[in-house]
Amino acid sequence: MTRDEALFEFLLRLGDNTVVLSHRVSEWIGHSPVLEEDIALANTALDLIGQTRFWLGLAGEVEGKGRTADNLAYLRDAWDYRNLLLVERPNGDFGKTMMRQFLFDAWQSLMLGKLLTSSDPRVAEIAAKASKEVAYHLERSADTIVGLGDGTEDSHNRMQAALDDLWDYTGEMFISDEVDEVLSTAGIAPNAASLKEEWEELVGRILKDATLTIPDSSYAHKGGKSGVHTEHLGFILADMQFLQRAYPGASW
Amino acid sequence: MSNEWPLWEVFIRGQHGMSHRHVGSLHAPDGEMAIKNARDVYTRRNEGISIWVVEAANISASSPSDKGPLYEPSNSKVYRHPSFFDIPDDVGAM
Repeated sequence: MTRDEALFEFLLRLGDNTVVLSHRVSEWIGHSPVLEEDIALANTALDLIGQTRFWLGLAGEVEGKGRTADNLAYLRDAWDYRNLLLVERPNGDFGKTMMRQFLFDAWQSLMLGKLLTSSDPRVAEIAAKASKEVAYHLERSADTIVGLGDGTEDSHNRMQAALDDLWDYTGEMFISDEVDEVLSTAGIAPNAASLKEEWEELVGRILKDATLTIPDSSYAHKGGKSGVHTEHLGFILADMQFLQRAYPGASW
Repeated sequence: MSNEWPLWEVFIRGQHGMSHRHVGSLHAPDGEMAIKNARDVYTRRNEGISIWVVEAANISASSPSDKGPLYEPSNSKVYRHPSFFDIPDDVGAM
């Protein structure tokens, strides 16, 4: 695997995480429990779409076949998507959506922190812009996790159920493969496994404040990063890609 | 007990040197979340550099029915306006 091949894969992973999660979060628009959360979730979804444009835009550039961010987002099928299984999990209730967001935000903030010093200036530049947005996402989702976890009996139980359900989808973040080997050797990106300890420390601290118990399981659902997805991604893409599939090249 | 979050009034400072201005209100469980919500609701288009929030219940307001005794006495006291002096040109804008 050449360096550019590895970088292309890695950029797809970053961009597909943000586009799929953005779509999931956007499903809340008009349905959130309160107006203020509705707007906050919409802002988060928009931030993630913005990041997607950068990551997939750069992926197309690195690939060198003339594909744009739009081509990559709207014209690839599920098996070509490289996002974590975590971000395609269904929204569930508001608490579960926030739990998924928190587990991802914690990982993304650490990943972007490492990418700030990437040897590839294009990657470092995008990371610098995105890390400010993600710092806020994390602050907000962490606060919500603590508020609801250490809240009423009902909210606590819901947050614990959300954590139990999502926990086995977090291990995939830290599974390294050839892409990680090539890019960490070149100083472009950290090895996925190297983020695990910091993530566990950060997430553990917040979950403790939230009086939630981390499930006693080290099982990890995996496959997203190599294109093996759950059935949910197909439905997301059907929604997201319908227009470009039905009316190729449509613009307005 | 009400399940509604309390109402907060939001004040935003647009730029350095300006004072905070009331921009609207929102609901939030506490002050910290009120600031976060204000950030998301009122500063999406780069409107502010500082946010104040205050729980609406903590604001003491004058009553509209008191407007006679409160404001009318000053209507007839034009001499309170410092507009009876000639300002020398050298002073510039005041």
